[in-house]
Amino acid sequence: MRPTPEPIVTLRGVGRQYPGGVVALRDVDLDIARGELVAVVGPSGSGKSTLLHVIGTLDRPSTGSVVIDGFDVARLSDNELSALRAGRIGFVFQLFHLAPGVPTIDNVADGLLYTGIALRERRRRAALALERVGMGHRLTHRPHELSGGEKQRTAIARAVVGEPALLLADEPTGALDSQSGESLMRLIGDLHEDGTTIVVITHDRDVAAHLSREVSMLDGRVVGDRTAL
Amino acid sequence: MRPPGSLRAAALRPSDVLRLGGHGLRARRLRVVLSALGIAIGIAAMTAVVGISTSSRARLDRQLDALGTNLLTAGPGTTLFGDPAKLPEDAVAMVQRIGAVESVSAIGSVSDAKVYRSDRIPVVQSGGIGTYAALTNLPETAGATIAAGTWLNDATAEYPAVVLGARAADRLGVGEPGPELQVWLGGRWFTVIGILDPVPLAPQLDVAALIGWPAAQRYLGFDGLPTTIYTRTDPNQVAAVRAVLARTANPAQPNEVDVSRPSDALAARAAVNVAFTGLLLGVGAVALLVGGIGVANTMVISVLERRAEIGLRRALGATRGQIRIQFLAESLLLSGLGGGAGLLLGSGVTAVYATLQGWPTAMPAWFVGGAFAAALLIGALAGLYPAVRAARLAPTEALATT
Repeated sequence: MRPTPEPIVTLRGVGRQYPGGVVALRDVDLDIARGELVAVVGPSGSGKSTLLHVIGTLDRPSTGSVVIDGFDVARLSDNELSALRAGRIGFVFQLFHLAPGVPTIDNVADGLLYTGIALRERRRRAALALERVGMGHRLTHRPHELSGGEKQRTAIARAVVGEPALLLADEPTGALDSQSGESLMRLIGDLHEDGTTIVVITHDRDVAAHLSREVSMLDGRVVGDRTAL
Repeated sequence: MRPPGSLRAAALRPSDVLRLGGHGLRARRLRVVLSALGIAIGIAAMTAVVGISTSSRARLDRQLDALGTNLLTAGPGTTLFGDPAKLPEDAVAMVQRIGAVESVSAIGSVSDAKVYRSDRIPVVQSGGIGTYAALTNLPETAGATIAAGTWLNDATAEYPAVVLGARAADRLGVGEPGPELQVWLGGRWFTVIGILDPVPLAPQLDVAALIGWPAAQRYLGFDGLPTTIYTRTDPNQVAAVRAVLARTANPAQPNEVDVSRPSDALAARAAVNVAFTGLLLGVGAVALLVGGIGVANTMVISVLERRAEIGLRRALGATRGQIRIQFLAESLLLSGLGGGAGLLLGSGVTAVYATLQGWPTAMPAWFVGGAFAAALLIGALAGLYPAVRAARLAPTEALATT
């Protein structure tokens, strides 16, 4: 892992207030270096998901500045943000969000749909990504034929098929039993070993304990930032 | 810091747009079939209306081709004082002298002579059948054909022999003509030697009893004045002949001659059908509109149900425009499927109906193209609003609704 001086995520004084006065983030400063594996922990309503959405450029902050992979989000148009997400950010959601009735390989290939790569190449890379997450034997299965753990592995393959600089996972083990969750965290660990910067939201302290850095949130503020040595 | 200009969203390939549209349809088959059915019914109704009227028109054209549009008739009209006029005795000979006229024939009404099946029938039950003296070249000129028996020749024209029009034979209850078959005509027995087919260009002949010109004069006191002159002219000279026909037939009183072109009457009947076709087409258009509303409804519901998918696609890097085009493609595909099915259905109905009627099947190419374009236009209009709504959804809001 080659440390670079420029962090991949830089948040400065970020606040997010929703219409109606709900404040989800208050004055958050956060740097994430390339190659880090970060857990964001905190009770529900603490602003974890909003933080992830802001880092993932799905949401814009009300105040403060967000710089992702060198791009100042505030200065990007919606189209440019879409291109940023398509090429540099991968998402994993708690509820997988796989298209029903669509084979695993095509669900994963959709991760490259908005990058301008041709279908044949998308499928080739999808097969490789599925291989990488241990799903090489499930290329033609449809989501309803998969276990929860397999679905989440498929979702991870979709997130990493474009080899993003940043992988964001929102409660990836939240809908899984503890055994599948454990195995999934090992997979995330493996991806991290390979050099991907990963941010995982979790409210499971055990999961967080696996990870090298833990950012704690409460009421929209960062209240703790522990780095394991 | 990197300059913002270096990021550029990749365009979706057309094949991917198609796949995306189809993907949305495959997931909800029953709903897709039902809403495509709405469009299909509208298009099918319009297609069948246009197809059937075009086929009917094609049959008419074919019929007119067979009958010829170069038949002109001239008959006596009324005098300036409103009395019935007469044509001069030598009118036929004079019309013959017009250069472009290819053949001339005539019938002359023998108004006093009524036709009865036998001499026992009361005089008032004449059945509305008119008796006419006919020149022997009438069938060729008027386009009449013999259904049974034979036409008058120079010999039978001298004797009490009669050829009946199709409806006249029917009314008299006459089947097969023959030497034994006689009718009571003008107070004496006439032998039925032939029966005509219906004559489309001269319907007057259908209810006529036709006898030889000399026989009419000899037995029934016929005055020898023609009442309808039939002419066939060079097809390119019909208008010119029409212009001079009245003057030629009755040089002394040209205003007392009625000239007409029977094929115009058939064409006019077709024109009436066109108005009716327009009305039915309007009904089809309403059905199509209702189908379009069905598609819009389906698309609105589809967008509501697929907020999570929209959020996911935004997370995967879809731009607003790409979300919009996905739903628009879906709507276009839906209405295109409906339009295609409707065209097939309507063409099938047309083909079956035309075949049953013995008509040629015809479908104008402009209509096929236009109907498909109309279906797509409806789909575009129906899909536009839902697609714009889908594109406006904030990604986080879409992801939060699961």
